[in-house]
Amino acid sequence: MAEGHPLSATLQLASFVGEFADALDFLFHERESVSGQTEIGGSELFHLTGNHLALSAASVGLAALIAVPLGLVLGHYGKGEFAAINASNVGRAIPTLVLLAVFVAYLGIGFVPIMLSLALLALPPILTNTYVGTRQVERDSVDAARGMGMTDAQLISRVELPLALPIIFAGVRVAGINVVATATIAPLGSVDSLGTPIIAANVYGRDGRLGAAIAVTVLTLALSAGLAALQRAVTPRGLKLAPTRSRRHRLLTPLRRRAEATP
Amino acid sequence: MLLAQIQFEQRKGDTCESENGFCPSWIGDNFERYVDPFWQHVFLTVTAVVLGFVIAFALALLAHRKRWLIPPISVTSQVLYGIPSVALFLLLLPATGRGNTTALIALVSYTLVFVFVNVSTGLDGVPEDSIDAARGMGLTENQLLWRVEVPLALPEIFAGLRIATTTTVGLAALAFFAGAGGLGEPIYRDIGFKSNVAVAGGLCVLLAAVLDLAILHAQRMLTPWRRATP
Amino acid sequence: MSPPNTDSEEGSVSGGNVAATLEFREATKRYPGQDEPAVDHLSLEVPAGEICVFVGPSGCGKTTAMRMVNRMIDITEGDILLDGTSVRERRPAELRRQIGYAIQQIGLFPHLTIADNIATVPKLLGWPKDRIDSRVDELLELVSLDPHETRSRYPAQLSGGQRQRVGVARALAVDPPLMLMDEPFGAIDPINRERLQNEFLRLQQEIRKTVVFVTHDIDEAIKMGDKIAVLQKGGTLAQFASPAELLAYPKGKFVEDFVGADRALKRLALQRVRDVDLWKAPLAREGEPVQGLRAKISDADIDIPLLVDDAGRPQGWLSKRAMSGERVTKDLRSPAHPVVELDDILRDALSDLLESEAQYGPVVDEHGRVQGVLSLEVLAHALQIPPDQVPSGADAAPAH
Ligand SMILES: Nc1ncnc2c1ncn2[C@@H]1O[C@H](COP(=O)(O)OP(=O)(O)OP(=O)(O)O)[C@@H](O)[C@H]1O
Ligand SMILES: [Mg+2]
Repeated sequence: MAEGHPLSATLQLASFVGEFADALDFLFHERESVSGQTEIGGSELFHLTGNHLALSAASVGLAALIAVPLGLVLGHYGKGEFAAINASNVGRAIPTLVLLAVFVAYLGIGFVPIMLSLALLALPPILTNTYVGTRQVERDSVDAARGMGMTDAQLISRVELPLALPIIFAGVRVAGINVVATATIAPLGSVDSLGTPIIAANVYGRDGRLGAAIAVTVLTLALSAGLAALQRAVTPRGLKLAPTRSRRHRLLTPLRRRAEATP
Repeated sequence: MLLAQIQFEQRKGDTCESENGFCPSWIGDNFERYVDPFWQHVFLTVTAVVLGFVIAFALALLAHRKRWLIPPISVTSQVLYGIPSVALFLLLLPATGRGNTTALIALVSYTLVFVFVNVSTGLDGVPEDSIDAARGMGLTENQLLWRVEVPLALPEIFAGLRIATTTTVGLAALAFFAGAGGLGEPIYRDIGFKSNVAVAGGLCVLLAAVLDLAILHAQRMLTPWRRATP
Repeated sequence: MSPPNTDSEEGSVSGGNVAATLEFREATKRYPGQDEPAVDHLSLEVPAGEICVFVGPSGCGKTTAMRMVNRMIDITEGDILLDGTSVRERRPAELRRQIGYAIQQIGLFPHLTIADNIATVPKLLGWPKDRIDSRVDELLELVSLDPHETRSRYPAQLSGGQRQRVGVARALAVDPPLMLMDEPFGAIDPINRERLQNEFLRLQQEIRKTVVFVTHDIDEAIKMGDKIAVLQKGGTLAQFASPAELLAYPKGKFVEDFVGADRALKRLALQRVRDVDLWKAPLAREGEPVQGLRAKISDADIDIPLLVDDAGRPQGWLSKRAMSGERVTKDLRSPAHPVVELDDILRDALSDLLESEAQYGPVVDEHGRVQGVLSLEVLAHALQIPPDQVPSGADAAPAH
C-alpha cells in the first residue's frame, strides 16, 4: 500500500475503527476461544475483573498494613529518614516486570508469590508518604500536644495520623494505580486477571487482547478517580480551610505527589 | 474458568539449567543473547527521555507564561498517568503498528507527565523575594526566566528528570508488547528460569542505577550552590 | 449543687482554685555537645498564685528554664519542685496534664474544631462529655470569645488574636494549678497584645494561678509580673525582684542596661494616681463668700482656687479678679485641663500634664468629683516611695 494515498489512509482508518469495534464486542459478548474449546469474553470478564481487584486489594492492603505503622513510628521519632525517603527511589529503579519475574523464578507461580511481589511494589510509596506526612505535621502542634501531656501513642493516633492522612492516601493512591496496572501481567505467574487475555493471546486472539487493554484502562482510571475522591474525603475539614497554598499550586500538588512512583 | 497458558521452556538433562538453579556458566555462555535487547532498551529509554524532556520543558515554560494552559495539561497528565503502560502499548498498536514508534509514543507520554509537573512546580516554587529583587534590578522577563527562575528550579527539574528516567527504564521493559524488544522480551520468554531473570533483570536495574547516578552527577555540577539530595 | 470541695481537684473557674508553689533549686541544663550550660544553677521560688516572669535577651535560656518545669526538657542537674515534690519523680505525661502550657506559636491542632482543641486535656483525663461541653463554653467566655460562634470553627477560621485566646483557654482547660506561658502574646500586634495582656491580668485576678511567663520584652515583664527573674547569657540569674524593686535598684550594669535608661518613667507605669499623696486644692463654688475661700486657700497645698459645680466637678482655675468682690464670681484664668482620673497610671497622667503644658491638674473620681490635684512635684515624689510599697502590674489590673 502506497504511503499517503487517500484510499490507503481511508482503509487504514476503517481497519483501525474495526479493530476497536471487535474489541468492544469481545467485552460485551461471549464467544468461543481461538482453539474453540472454551467460552471467552463478555461475562467472563466479571470473573477476571474480580480476580484483578482481589489480587490488587490484597497486595495494597498488606503493604499498607506494614508501611503505615512503620512510617508513623519512624516519622514520629524522626528515625530512618534516609531509608524512608529513598524507599520510593529504589522501588522505582526496579522495573515491575523484573520484580514480578524474580518472585516467579525464585518463589514460584501462584497467588501468594504474585501478591507478595505486588505488595513489595506498593510498599515504598506508602512508606515514603506516611513518613513525609508524619514529619510535615507542624512542630508547634506536636510541641503543644506533648506539653499537654499526650503520650507517644496518643500523639501519633490523635494528632500525627489524622494530619498525615491526606498524604498517606496520596501514597496509597500511587500504590493502588501501580498495583492495578502491574496486576495486568499477573498471568505470567499463572494468576488470572484482566491481563489474562493479553498474555494468553493464543487463546483470546487480537480482539481479546485489545478488549482487555480497554478494560484495564477503564478500571485504572476509575480507580484513580475513586482514590482521589477518597483522599479528599479523608482530608480533615480544618486542613481544607487553611489558606496555605495558592490555587494554582493546589492544582499541581496531587500530581506532584503521585510523581513519587511508577505508573 | 481459564488459567493463562504460560509455557515454561523445558530444559533437558542433568545440568544446572535443567534444575533451574542460578548458573554462572550458563550466563557466561549465553550472555551475548542479552546484548541486543540491552542496547534496544538503552535506545528506547534515552530517546524517550530526551524527547519527552524537551517537549515537556517547552510546554512548562509556555504554561508558566500562559497560566490558563495548566489545568488542561494537568488533567491530560493525570489521565495519561492512570493508563497502565501495557494497555497503552496495546491501544496504540492498531494506529501505529508494532515497533519502536508505538513504544516511543507511549514512553515519551509518560516522561512528559513527570517532567512537566516538576518543571511547573519548580518554577512556581521560586521565592517571590528573588523574583521581586531581580525585577527591581531591571531584569527583563526573559532574563528573569533564564537567570533566576530556571536556575532556582533546577533541583525540582532534575528530580523530575530522575523520576522520568528510572520510570522509563521500567516501562521499556514492557515495550516488547509493542514489538519494540528490550530486556523485557527475554524475561517474558522464560520467566521461570532463575539465571535468565537474574541477568536480564540485573541489567535493567543496573541501567536505571547508572542513568540515575549520571543525572545526579550532572545536577551536582549544575547546582553548586545547593547540595543535591539523593 | 455539689458540696464546695468536690470540684476543686480539677476545679471550675470561680470555684475553689488551687495554685501550686514552684521552686527552682540549682536547676541546670546542659545541652549535649555544648560547653556552656543553657541554664546555670537557677534558684528561685514562686509563691502560689503569683506571676513570675522570666525575661532576658534572646538565647539566655528563658524557654529552656520554663520547659524544664513540665519536663519537656530534662533537667541535667539540680531540681524543680512543684508543691514541694520533685518533678523528676513524676511521669512526664501525667505531670504535663496538670500544667497549663501556652506557647507563642500556639500550636492549635488544625484538624480539630476550637471546642475539640480546648477539650484535648479533659478528654485525655476522661471527663464525661457534658462536663467537657460546659467547661468549653465557660472557657470561651472567660477569654472573651462567643461560645456559640466559636465552638465549631476551625483554627484556620480565626484571627491571630482569637487563636491566641483559644491557646490560653486550652491551657486553662482543666484548671491547672500552674501555667507555663512562653511569649504567649509575642506574635500579636501591639494594640491586641495590650488588650490580651489586660485581659489576662483581669483573668488572673479571678483565677489566681501560679504562672511562669516568658518574654524578652521588659515592658511586658514589668506589666505582667509579680516577680521578675532577669536572666543573662549563659542562663544565670542576674536579678530576681518585684518590678518596682527592679526599676528602683537594678543590680549591676547588665540589668541596668536591660531595664533601660527610662526606668523612672517605667516605674511611673506601675503606680496609679490613687496610690500617691495628692495635693489638696482650695475648691470654690460660684457665689460663696470670698472670705471663706481665703481660709481654704491658706489651708491647701496650692494657692489658686479651683471652681467646681454643684456636683463637685471641676470648672476651671479662678483668676484674682474672681475674688475681688464679696462673693466668688465665675472669672476663670484657665480651664481645668487636663483632668486626671484616680485610676490613671502615673505615666499617662504625666504625659497629659506635659501635653497640656500644665504644672498640675485636678484629679477626679469615677463620678467626676474633684479628689485632689496632681502636680509634677507629686509625681517626682512618687518615685521616692520605697519599692516594696509599690504594687505590681499584675495587682494593679486596669479597671476596664
Ligand atoms: N534543643 C537544643 N539543643 C541545643 N541547644 C539548644 C537547644 N535549645 C536551645 N538551645 C540553646 O540554649 C540556649 C538557650 O535557648 P533558649 O531557647 O532557652 O533561649 P531563650 O531565652 O528562650 O531565647 P529566645 O528569646 O530567643 O526564645 C541558646 O543558646 C540555644 O542555642
Ligand atoms: Mg524562647
